[in-house]
Amino acid sequence: MKIHKLLLGVTALFGLMAGQAMAETVKIGVVLPYSGGAAQFGEQIDRGMNLFISQNKDAFGGNEIELIKRDSKRPGGDIAKNAVQELITREKVNLLTGFVFSPNAMASAPLATQGKVPMVIMNAGTAWIPSLSPYIARVSFTMWHAGYPMGEYAHNKLGCKTAAIGFTDYPPGKDSRNAFTTGFEKAGGKVLEAIPMGGPREVPDFTPFFQRVKNAKPDCFYIFVPAGNHSVAVVKTYASLGMGDDGIKLIGPGDITQDTKLQDMPKEAEGMITVHHYSADYDTPRNKAFVKAWKDAYGADTTPDFMGVAGYDGMAAIAHAITAQSGKVTAEGTMKALSGWTYDSPRGKIMIDPETRDIIHDSNVHKVVSKDGRMMIEVIDTIPQVKDPCKANKIGKCK
Amino acid sequence: MEQFAKAAISILFDGVAYAMLLFIISVGLSITMGLMGFANLAHGAFAMLGGYVMVSLMLKAGVPFLLALVLAAIIVALISVPFERYLYRRLYKAGELDQVLLSIGLVFMATATITFFFGPSTVSISVPEFLKGQVNLGFGIFPAYRTFTIAVGLVMIVALWYGFERTITGAKIRAAVDNRRMAQSIGIDVDRLFVITFAFGSGLAALGGGLAIEILGMSPTFALTYLVFFLIVVAVGGLGSIRGAFVAALVLGIIDTAGKYLWPDGGAFFIYAVTIGILLIKPEGLFGKA
Repeated sequence: MKIHKLLLGVTALFGLMAGQAMAETVKIGVVLPYSGGAAQFGEQIDRGMNLFISQNKDAFGGNEIELIKRDSKRPGGDIAKNAVQELITREKVNLLTGFVFSPNAMASAPLATQGKVPMVIMNAGTAWIPSLSPYIARVSFTMWHAGYPMGEYAHNKLGCKTAAIGFTDYPPGKDSRNAFTTGFEKAGGKVLEAIPMGGPREVPDFTPFFQRVKNAKPDCFYIFVPAGNHSVAVVKTYASLGMGDDGIKLIGPGDITQDTKLQDMPKEAEGMITVHHYSADYDTPRNKAFVKAWKDAYGADTTPDFMGVAGYDGMAAIAHAITAQSGKVTAEGTMKALSGWTYDSPRGKIMIDPETRDIIHDSNVHKVVSKDGRMMIEVIDTIPQVKDPCKANKIGKCK
Repeated sequence: MEQFAKAAISILFDGVAYAMLLFIISVGLSITMGLMGFANLAHGAFAMLGGYVMVSLMLKAGVPFLLALVLAAIIVALISVPFERYLYRRLYKAGELDQVLLSIGLVFMATATITFFFGPSTVSISVPEFLKGQVNLGFGIFPAYRTFTIAVGLVMIVALWYGFERTITGAKIRAAVDNRRMAQSIGIDVDRLFVITFAFGSGLAALGGGLAIEILGMSPTFALTYLVFFLIVVAVGGLGSIRGAFVAALVLGIIDTAGKYLWPDGGAFFIYAVTIGILLIKPEGLFGKA
């Protein structure tokens, strides 16, 4: 009996040692804007990632992870591409993640293919990005998750027969325009005009564009601007031109009612309708716990937004992929592990679509309401488990 | 036809509001360049500083909007004095390249300093109730804040015209712009004039920066982003000419707005095309001295 026990102990010891010997250090290259006007996004995602890591130390299957962070600064693609090249060739990272801006993800995609390094995208929402490399998986969203249902909803529920579109002139802006136009026109609406409103780097003076729309008098005015500083300026311009009084409804993807920006908006933001997949105001136990943990970690005056959640979920996906491959991360293995991966995210149930490597999640209709002196998001409708409509309908570059 | 008139009025109104902003910020640059011959690329940094002083006054100290606007201009004017005394003065006789290097260096330092204290995001303020929403001017309904901007711009133009054309200091400045050595030799203290004009120009820029928060937004890259526009106003208007800066600001403001309104796909193309056109015909600017 004793010997038996001893043997068991020795075996266990060996097992343990073997286990330790097998624990790998996984190098993760993180490409995010850490400086410049977009640093606020980098901070959100960074905080989301770190929150997941600090809450789930065991989720990585005993493997060590090392985050190697690089600053992608602006949306141009060039800096991010250089950073990715360096991460792959010099740092020999096993995995790439981050990517706030679509052009940065697009410029980096060929390197992921050549270097056989999997890429987990935490924001960049242009629909056809995963088609650029077989090693890309996305945990965030596509512009179509919001734009397409918004188009249908605007016509069918908000009663808009005509619409104008204003979009920031870069890939996700055009993508969002196409998404809304497709949804809206399929439902029977008519898009009067689609106005490009400058590039993503600096917030333009929106007045001339909005004035044009005001004079055209559409029922709905769909706006896509990059999350962040643009959105406050959009609502201020909408308010200062009195477009609400003319009966023009301001709608868009949730980027324009981002949690971190809501409190800066004028009272005319009330009643805005957007479609999105996350807000810190979601009234579910899972989200409440998440928001509480966030505030405990980063301060009571901070709030997670959809980018913070994407960082959190992205790290969950990475943890799953690392554990599933016992720390020996390959591009094929990661894609296999992530294919069909499901997770109970603060935004609700999410899944990586095995066909497209893109996210499947609920698209919710948000309404901005004012409650106890603060602006809040109220969910007034839900379209469950939306598969990217661009790829589902094989539109344009989405094959 | 009614549609056309509506469009024309919107373009004119927004264009003029934008022009006033450009004018208030740039006129100081035009005068200091004309008077001191100093290519001060950091002029926009004083506008940006004005914006941030105003944001701090309003958000941290609870100063009301109008008072904060005036205070920002005064504070920045005072801050600019040591800059003129100890930095700029050394380089008045230096080549343009040295001046450009010094002032663009100041811009980068300003950007880094502001980012350090205020973070990289755009800051915003809450304007008083009477500047929100729309106002009926009798011949149409217009955004209140832009109406206010135009009013401030007009007041500034009248004040500047009076100051330069009808006061002794103004006459001295004009004399110094026209011929500095002659002005000095008839006993005008040009050094003192330099300080006054520099502080005044920076103060005006700060006023413009304060006004711009609500229209253009205020971020640490403001000084660099809009530098091109300020320089265009000065180049097209002609160095040292208030009238020139005003006309140039009007032309550029209205054309930029019209371009964006009528042909949004063209983006910012118009303003550059017009600038090149004007400078090809009149290289010294509309009202510059040949």
